[in-house]
Amino acid sequence: MLKNDTHVGSPRSRVDGPAKVTGQATYAAEFTAPDLAHAYVVGSGIARGTITAIDATEAEAVPGVIKVFTHENRPGTAWFSYKYQDMVGPPGDPFRPLASDEIQFSDQPVALVVAESFDVARHAASLVRVCYEQQPHETDLSRARHDSYEPPRKRTGIAPPPKPRGDAVKAFGEAPVRVSAEYTIATEHHNPMEPHATTVIWDGGGKITVHDKTQGVQNSQAYVASVFGLSSDDVRVVSPYVGGGFGSGLRPQHQLFLAVMASLALERSVRLELTRQQMFSHVHRPETINVLSLGADRDGKLRSIQHQAVAATSRFEDHQEVVVNWSGLLYPAENVDLRYELAKLDTYSPGDMRAPGAPLGVFALESAMDELAIATGVDPVELRLRNYAERDENDDVPFSSKELRACYRQGAEQFGWSRRNPKPGSMREGRELIGWGMASGVWEANMMKTSARAVLGADGRLAISCATSDIGTGTYTILTQIAADALGLAMEDVTVELGDSSLPTSPVQGGSWTAASAGSAVMAACQTLRETLFKQAAKIDGSPLADAAIDDVAFSDGRIVLRTDAARSVLLADAVGAGGHDKVEAEEAAGPGLIGMMLPKSHASYTHAAVFVEVRIDEDLGVMRVTRVVNAVAAGRILNPKTARSQIIGGVVWGIGMAMHEETLTDHRLGRMMNHSLSEYHVPANADIQDIEVIFVEEHDDKTSPIGVKGLGEIGIVGTAAAIANAVHHATGKRIRSLPITIDKILAG
Amino acid sequence: MPVHAIVGTQTVPIDITLNGESRSLDVSPATTLLDLLRHDLALTGTKKGCDHGQCGACTVLIDGHRINSCLQLAVMQDGKEITTIEGLARDGALHPLQSAFIERDAFQCGYCTPGQICSGVALIEEGHAKSREEIREHMSGNICRCGAYPNIVDAIEDVLVQRGQFMKEAAE
Repeated sequence: MLKNDTHVGSPRSRVDGPAKVTGQATYAAEFTAPDLAHAYVVGSGIARGTITAIDATEAEAVPGVIKVFTHENRPGTAWFSYKYQDMVGPPGDPFRPLASDEIQFSDQPVALVVAESFDVARHAASLVRVCYEQQPHETDLSRARHDSYEPPRKRTGIAPPPKPRGDAVKAFGEAPVRVSAEYTIATEHHNPMEPHATTVIWDGGGKITVHDKTQGVQNSQAYVASVFGLSSDDVRVVSPYVGGGFGSGLRPQHQLFLAVMASLALERSVRLELTRQQMFSHVHRPETINVLSLGADRDGKLRSIQHQAVAATSRFEDHQEVVVNWSGLLYPAENVDLRYELAKLDTYSPGDMRAPGAPLGVFALESAMDELAIATGVDPVELRLRNYAERDENDDVPFSSKELRACYRQGAEQFGWSRRNPKPGSMREGRELIGWGMASGVWEANMMKTSARAVLGADGRLAISCATSDIGTGTYTILTQIAADALGLAMEDVTVELGDSSLPTSPVQGGSWTAASAGSAVMAACQTLRETLFKQAAKIDGSPLADAAIDDVAFSDGRIVLRTDAARSVLLADAVGAGGHDKVEAEEAAGPGLIGMMLPKSHASYTHAAVFVEVRIDEDLGVMRVTRVVNAVAAGRILNPKTARSQIIGGVVWGIGMAMHEETLTDHRLGRMMNHSLSEYHVPANADIQDIEVIFVEEHDDKTSPIGVKGLGEIGIVGTAAAIANAVHHATGKRIRSLPITIDKILAG
Repeated sequence: MPVHAIVGTQTVPIDITLNGESRSLDVSPATTLLDLLRHDLALTGTKKGCDHGQCGACTVLIDGHRINSCLQLAVMQDGKEITTIEGLARDGALHPLQSAFIERDAFQCGYCTPGQICSGVALIEEGHAKSREEIREHMSGNICRCGAYPNIVDAIEDVLVQRGQFMKEAAE
């Protein structure tokens, strides 16, 4: 039924566009209520120790201050640690705000000031006096890595490294060509444009409506109910618009806890919006150190792959990502040894950030492949083709689909790769050194169980609903397209409601799975709706469809039409009315299914990309610009080429940020992140971004999801940073193995 | 006078024209224009991204100039004409740049969008963006974390071309 569609597969503008360009889209801190109180967080000044005294007297004396919450007076919440677990958290004991006098990381919330206005709350927060007894802290991964460990409890959904294959150490020693080096990636912060915020509306009688900056309203709802001992009927989370997530809204952040705590204690509505500085007090991408060794024949064929990574985590949780497995997946070798360990730091727990793990491990792997290309004299694209994986050797299963070869070919052609002179420093224009580099990208393609509801009214308008979010991915739009095509309606006749915990069940929006999952759920609900409508249409007295079967009809232009005779049709509105009600409703779930989940894995689903990059570097000043990117992506069916292209462009921009700008700097003497602002934590600005071209390679996949979709939210970042580092080498002859590649490294390298 | 004697207690009267409408307001001397718009006037289309003039999400037009409203105190606005994203569409018709943003998919999450559009509207009026490179440069005070930059440049270029201020470039 996805064939011959009007909307699916065609470029369509975002249905939420008019709300967003006129300022009418409402984000978490923009909901309001009469008598709204404003909260402001006081953060700790040390990284590890205990609070010996806390004095809020002066703060509480400010006119307009309602209450100052500290660990000494905060209301009781759930006792057991597991009550604080959320749907996607790692093993460990989740952070509990204001739970005790213990300080676990710098800028940890130590008090919450609630006042009648934001100005008063902020001012009073500056008057809270805190005394500490400091204990030695460790925030430096270069030291902590020596105490690394394999996480004893695995994080659900995160595949640990596969068992070693062959003897990688021996094969490496015997290989005629060897490359081995250490590759590091700095700590990064998500920095969505919308700061984390929660507005809690006190509905009375112990009921609250929570507007939270979250990628999963039902995750926030379950967390609040569990922690505060509420019934899920008493907590509704409504977040129709989310100002960027990138993973930072997957887990409940501490502003949710604090705002709900204050609202329940004061029995009034409370808003808490973190400052940009406070956005650095929670989730971040963990600093990660990779050691990667490749052993190959002289023609570049890989014999041995060894990849060890050590990633930072907090002292209280074992955050885990897939960092090293990509090295056993992208290229086949008989001898493979992959290891992933953690090292504890006195920081908040790291968390998922756009394609968690993948751009870190793939930066190491794809840099090493470039080094191998130079060592063997084989062209980088040709080297990858010579080592093309026809099957997932980590799990020993075939791929559901894999058009990476076409990505290499189409990307190289569009970029003009054949005109590349492989000699480093050989391509220049005036004082600018030109570098051309490339890399592969890979990311998981998943589908998660999701439900959706479809309701067709007698007015011919279709209402779709699902609890999933749209964090800017375009979910509202693609679901509108799928539903409109399924019922033969114009997109204007379809409304989609998302981001409300009372709607049909959905997992968090993450892992690039929403289009495949929510899209399939909407499709399933619409299928059921079609069947009901057809039955009702056929039963109408003298129905022109009385002797037809459902396969004989099409849903088109608001009618159910006999395919062989377009003159015989029933208006959808009449089909609705024939059921005796003013609407027809269907709710369905779509997912991999219980049977599918219990059987051994029959195939592996991944999206792939080939990224080609041009950099220009001032040879005297070391100033670098990324002037051209071509990213060829194989990701199954593309529902909306317009929003899909934007997803990939966004991922590439993130890759450029990772390669050139993003780095959270910690003063290890203080254990404190020092560049906690958007002027000192650099993200790409408009002038940093030039020509980005996206190619969607045709790929047919009938195993990942019923609608052929594999997901696009993350693949764009994977490989981009490596391609840039490889281009820097091509331009300058300097191999820079630590991200970001800043001017000092280019000048020194 | 101690700071907290001022915060939240005293107000100062100002007269402004806001989105074409005359308004007489009593504002706290510690309140920024951004917080006045968002908290007191329920004009939440203007966004707070950093509150330090570093991200541009709070950009509004003051007497036609694009300005970070988080760096302006409300009391400084007496006699000023202020236009926010809510005031750009006239008589139900979107400003051409608002339409171009939709057509070019120049946003994803939408949070920086009001600031981008206000900034772009002023840039077009300033008249000194003659190339894509200049658009990029003059729009670099507005961060878009979703990375919609190429599409933002496309949208602004479209409006400049419509107005005859800009010759469409061949592929760069």
